[in-house]
Amino acid sequence: MIEFHLDGRSGVSPYLQLVQQVRRALRLGLLAEGDQLPTVKDVVGQLAINPNTVLKAYRELEHDGLVAARPGVGTFVTRTLTDDTLAAHAALRLSLQRWLTKAREAGLDEESIEALFLTTFRTAREDIA
Amino acid sequence: MTWITWRQLRAQVLVVYAALAAVAAALAITGPQLADLRRTNPADFLVLFPQDGTYKPLYFVGGAVVYALPVVIGAFWGAPLVARELETGTHRVVWNQSITRNRWLATKLGLAGLAALVAGLISLAVTWWCAPIDAAVNSTEPDGGFFNITRMSAVLFGARGVVPIGYAVLAFVIGVTAGLVLRRTVPAMAATVVAVVAIQVATPLFVVPHLISPERLTTAITATNLRGMSLSADDDMVTDIRINLDKPGAWILSNETVNSSGQVVDELPAHEADCAPRTGELADKASSPGPPASCFEDLAAAGFQQEVVYQPADRYWLLQSIQTAILLSLAVLLSGFCFWRIRRDFT
Amino acid sequence: MTAVLQTQGLGKRYARKWALSDCTLDIPAGRVVGLVGPNGAGKSTLLNLAVGMLTPSSGAIEVLGAPPATGPSQLAKVGFVAQDTPTYAGLGIADHLRLGARLNPGWDHDLAQARITRLGLDRSQRAGNLSGGQRAQLALTLGIAKRPELLILDEPVASLDPLARREFLQDLMEAVADQELSVILSSHLVSDLERACDYLIILVDSRVQVAGDIDHLLATHHRLTGPRRDLDRVPAGQHVISARHTERQTTLLVRTDGPVLDPAWTVSELSLEDLVLAYMSRTREVDNSRPTLEVAR
Repeated sequence: MIEFHLDGRSGVSPYLQLVQQVRRALRLGLLAEGDQLPTVKDVVGQLAINPNTVLKAYRELEHDGLVAARPGVGTFVTRTLTDDTLAAHAALRLSLQRWLTKAREAGLDEESIEALFLTTFRTAREDIA
Repeated sequence: MTWITWRQLRAQVLVVYAALAAVAAALAITGPQLADLRRTNPADFLVLFPQDGTYKPLYFVGGAVVYALPVVIGAFWGAPLVARELETGTHRVVWNQSITRNRWLATKLGLAGLAALVAGLISLAVTWWCAPIDAAVNSTEPDGGFFNITRMSAVLFGARGVVPIGYAVLAFVIGVTAGLVLRRTVPAMAATVVAVVAIQVATPLFVVPHLISPERLTTAITATNLRGMSLSADDDMVTDIRINLDKPGAWILSNETVNSSGQVVDELPAHEADCAPRTGELADKASSPGPPASCFEDLAAAGFQQEVVYQPADRYWLLQSIQTAILLSLAVLLSGFCFWRIRRDFT
Repeated sequence: MTAVLQTQGLGKRYARKWALSDCTLDIPAGRVVGLVGPNGAGKSTLLNLAVGMLTPSSGAIEVLGAPPATGPSQLAKVGFVAQDTPTYAGLGIADHLRLGARLNPGWDHDLAQARITRLGLDRSQRAGNLSGGQRAQLALTLGIAKRPELLILDEPVASLDPLARREFLQDLMEAVADQELSVILSSHLVSDLERACDYLIILVDSRVQVAGDIDHLLATHHRLTGPRRDLDRVPAGQHVISARHTERQTTLLVRTDGPVLDPAWTVSELSLEDLVLAYMSRTREVDNSRPTLEVAR
């Protein structure tokens, strides 16, 4: 069982924070198939948030095929995210490090690197979409 | 709803009932002895009983309790019942349970029944205890003494019988109304005390004697019926003549001298003072030598007669019923006002 | 589905001053509605109208399909936790529960007992000796155990310390999760309501400024920053809530159902607090008779 927390200053809406926390736990192996997510009442009682927010997060996770609700029992993990991409991480990190070194050599400071990365990331995402 | 209302009023009710139970017990113990005293001393009973260290204070306590009870009920039961809720905001709690404001108010006003019950019981006790005294008073001529006041008088009319029930119920409703209007406990209590006392003073003075048109008796002033005279201090003018009515226990409303055309005379010629006993401004005929008979002839010749307006003693229970009915009707009217008033905005 | 609260041109006047005017709302069931606005904006007036403590000076109001407080069955459907959570100071906690049980046909005895036990309250303790937080919890217990369809709370956490505030909202949200309860609660602080509510009404100067699902409000309000320009060049369908200008730059807060296409604008999302503050300051600007576009509701 995991415990949720909310960051009031992140600017990310509460329901999305819940979704992200479940996904992260799935990715890191904290949650495995068959594990139960906290009940809506538990989350609500702990975080003082609107039950609809929790329901919305769980619905989204369900829609993504990560969890399944069993009426009257609770919500259970059906699939983990500790997937095969983990193997590819090392190589990708290496090439990213090389890119960063090049950027520094080109005279970009940290802020410029970040801005460049983010804009490229966004345009790339839009292109894919 | 009954439970919560009772829960709020419990302490005050128990205090009043306990205090009155103590008074009632004292009356119950001494009552038979008082009756015995009259049986054994029928002639001077009214002189004897005030000399007793128990009867005299109990006579006063009984009267005081019956008069004070409506004031206490109005101020300590009626006024806080609604005012405290409005003052502390708990009406916002109770009005948002599953009962209507009307039912809430009806339950509160229903406690007037408790007020009626306690007033009825204590009045019954006092009336029973005073019965020998009242009977003695009603069988003799009034002598003006303090313990010789008939129950048919402004002083005692509200201290016996069923009228105290009317006062208690009305006082309770006045308290509730004051609380509803003023919305604060202490001002509501103060207003209730003022209103109840005013009603207790005003009704026997100005209302009750006129509920039925009184009897009127015009008669000659004679040596036998003359009770007394007032003389003005400077010129010995006669300002007032009073006669005995020979109707024991009647409620005397006025006792005035009229002239031949029936108008009330404020001043009689100085020579009429001859009729008066020789000493004192208001002298008692029993303690002085009789005045010359000629003076009464003079009075009659001059057209002067005495007019007495009174309610006969046998109208006692009729007047009691009418006054009680009026007081209860006022209570009903005020309750109606409360039901109308409670529909207003309250936050 | 019946609306929990429906008002049409609702207004309330005290003497000459309108505490609430021209209020038209239609709140669907199942929401946790936050009613925000500065002190004296008319929040309490609206809530007191909804529970029938006040009668309207104009317009109409229906709660769960019927006029407020019209009878025992209507009263049973609506719970109310009044401002400052009044309780009978002289009565004990057990007495309060007894009161609730006797005056409400739908009283949930087990729920009430369980809550008092969990709160660790001594049943014989007088309500007058409770802390503000405990009193609020007792009032909430009365409101919840009545099993209403709609629970209305007037500034329930305003006088509570942060811990009590949190606990109160936790318990309230648990009740919502448990009981399919609709809730309307007011606060002058949007931060109290941000997590708990999914529907927002912003009330300023006795008027409803905006009302709607929070997700929808956040999706349709944007902050636009760009080179300085005049407001009359804002495209149709965009309503300016607030506008600030420097010599070079204009910052707009707009409400629009469609996307912002003008590439000159940098569009950023708003937090709920920004949104509320924008509406609150807007009325002040209107008072200064600045030419501001009206926001369609």
